[in-house]
Amino acid sequence: MQPCEVSVASAGTPEGDEDAAAAPLLPAVQERRLDAESAEWTRALESTGLVREQALVRLHELLLRIARGELRRRGGQHPITGPELDDLAHQAAADALLAITNKLSGFRGESRFTTWAYRFVILEVSTKLGRHFWQKPTVTLDSEDWDRLPDRFGMDPADHAQWRGLVDALHRSVDEDLTQRQRRVFVAIVLQGVPLDALVVQLGSNRNAIYKTLFDARRKLRAALAANGYLTTADSADVVSVDEDEGRRS
Amino acid sequence: MTDWPPLDRFLATDPRDVGCAQALEILHVYVEMVLDDADGSAARYPGVAAHLAACGPCDEDFQGLLAAAGIPS
Repeated sequence: MQPCEVSVASAGTPEGDEDAAAAPLLPAVQERRLDAESAEWTRALESTGLVREQALVRLHELLLRIARGELRRRGGQHPITGPELDDLAHQAAADALLAITNKLSGFRGESRFTTWAYRFVILEVSTKLGRHFWQKPTVTLDSEDWDRLPDRFGMDPADHAQWRGLVDALHRSVDEDLTQRQRRVFVAIVLQGVPLDALVVQLGSNRNAIYKTLFDARRKLRAALAANGYLTTADSADVVSVDEDEGRRS
Repeated sequence: MTDWPPLDRFLATDPRDVGCAQALEILHVYVEMVLDDADGSAARYPGVAAHLAACGPCDEDFQGLLAAAGIPS
């Protein structure tokens, strides 16, 4: 994944507060009456005995199909094939089924039941791919090769003279302007090419927290580069303070 | 002045971006809105749209759920 595909959103939490609880559901989401199929799913899953068992079997079959399809769709992003791939699909489907049954009371009909349920298995696939990355890691976290940066952003090596000054300025800003945590996340994702979900596992964190850390790092770096004349202008986000940002999101 | 568009885009941040937690919390709702009306979904949830445009992992989940939701159950 190119680093420019990995961005961050700041939920405006104070720097270093990356383990803060997730923000509440967006208030604009409205409940609605269940469609017939969704009502049937919830009725069966909330019942007992054979009706519930049959619904669980059918739901597991659906989740397994979605997990397999999603792992195939992401085939270019991981090296997993054969029985190992199918095992991962089974793990994702089983864990998603457990999560769905535990959170069934949280389904309020904002979408079809199946779309709500599929979200669980898609997220399980992401989590499991992040964990799997460290079984056969293709990167080392103990090296920093800043000369890789232009390639990571698709710059032509022939333009070395053009980007050398910018790389040096960015390196300097990473060292001087970022917190230790921001620097670690930036280097891992941008320089070393660690997938964000894999870094989540490595740091024992969560996606939202790592995203916010990187988001704050990006904002600082862009402001520094703009102030030193390396980028044309600072965008509006660069001048939004954490407190202002917090207020906007509350 | 050294313009480097890919780096410039990577470092740019959108203050509307709601972050991963909120985007993923309503991803199922957003996906169905996109299936119904792609333009309308971005207008109704600009913070989610901004996030998905910036966050590779969440956009991957979005694309996966979008594909899954389009499959008859």
